[in-house]
Amino acid sequence: MTTVWSKTINPGDKWSATISKGRLLRFTALRDDANLAMMLFNAFDLTERYNMPDTLKAQYTAHLTRGNVLMSDNGRALASIVEDELGWHDTISGLSTRAGTDTKYGATNYQQLRNEWLHSGYENMAVELVRCGLAIRDLGPVVNLFAKVNCDDEGRMIYDVSHCKEGATVMLRTDMDVLIVLSNTPNPLNPSVSYPASSVQMEVLEAPPLDPATDYCYNFRGENRRAFENTAEYHLLAGR
Amino acid sequence: MTAFVRYESKLQAESAVIDEIVLAGDGWMKELLPGQVIRIVDLEGNQAADTLFFDAENPDDHYSAVATITGQSNIYLTTGSILRAESGKELLKIVADTCGRHDTVGGSCSAQSNTVRYSHDKLHMHNCRDTFMLQLAKHDGGYNYTKRDLAPNVNFFMNVPVSPEGGLRFADGVSAPGCYVELESLCRTMVLISNCPQLNNPCNAYNPTPIRVLVWNP
Ligand SMILES: [Zn+2]
Repeated sequence: MTTVWSKTINPGDKWSATISKGRLLRFTALRDDANLAMMLFNAFDLTERYNMPDTLKAQYTAHLTRGNVLMSDNGRALASIVEDELGWHDTISGLSTRAGTDTKYGATNYQQLRNEWLHSGYENMAVELVRCGLAIRDLGPVVNLFAKVNCDDEGRMIYDVSHCKEGATVMLRTDMDVLIVLSNTPNPLNPSVSYPASSVQMEVLEAPPLDPATDYCYNFRGENRRAFENTAEYHLLAGR
Repeated sequence: MTAFVRYESKLQAESAVIDEIVLAGDGWMKELLPGQVIRIVDLEGNQAADTLFFDAENPDDHYSAVATITGQSNIYLTTGSILRAESGKELLKIVADTCGRHDTVGGSCSAQSNTVRYSHDKLHMHNCRDTFMLQLAKHDGGYNYTKRDLAPNVNFFMNVPVSPEGGLRFADGVSAPGCYVELESLCRTMVLISNCPQLNNPCNAYNPTPIRVLVWNP
């Protein structure tokens, strides 16, 4: 596999780009306790985007790991998790906000701290969405890569502080041309009183061609197969 | 049943300013003023009322399922739950609940997700997101709502248990005929309801039924 490109996304950083289908995105936590919030859109129709409920319902899961497909609101496979050392990525906790960040870590601003001031997930996403021609109306649930949040029988949400260790990796494959928007900001349920400080390395590699006969994500569930079939139909008609 | 704060309302139907029946497969879209209270009644039991909210003063800021559950650190909604917008703004508070936990992780059904969940030949079947989009298309209130505004919603009366191991399933309804949920609007809030027409899963016994919507002035 050839690495096309790589970048380190530091704590507080945001980033977005269009990535073509058929590539692998390998994310590596460079310190313990990473959290990288991610949104995905169809690069050619930004009204089509990652849909958390559709993704979870179709795969009867409340967390994401290897085999899971990230589905769009139009019933298509945007990307799939092809390798995962962690076994759990959160998609129900959303983004940190300015109010939450100030409350938890203390109010900061650029005037005093210059670029050391603390970024929030909501503001990072808002900036990148507007930059890409979108708006806060396009905000929705994110995938919080590296984070584990589960629920007890009463529904109480529990953030696992020991889940993500330095060096842990997860690898996604793009199944459509996607706009990806990333924010390296704390999970809102992380109880740590200091702003988490894990950089994340992102590498883009060429993926081998998807073989429906043997592909793990394609064959993970009948639901996943049908989402891939919907994607194939879209590409056939659009000539992509 | 845990995570259920049963609280009965003292409001009487006779004093409501709105009292309407929404048939299965139909939609309802109206703005609430601050302090107004809305009650949604599951008339025949085991129905799902898929409901979205918007900050009517800034409709770009829609209801956020994840901000709501993270804000209360619990995935189920019941009496006392604060429903939040994406920005964190408090839109409504659940002030009465005779049903049980309400789901906000499962979202609404759509033609496209039906093809994924059930089979490709379900594409033609009526669904909640079509109802939402028809209501948005017919809305004439100075803001051009589009599909972009459709965020994950609340499923009143739906039971979607999440296990500690991270599983998710669709359990028998916890609702019964006459059960209701009541919410007080904390600001100007647009309410968008789809009374779910789903015929592909057993949560409503394959029999979608009407709901009743009442609104009281403060
Ligand atoms: Zn529905």
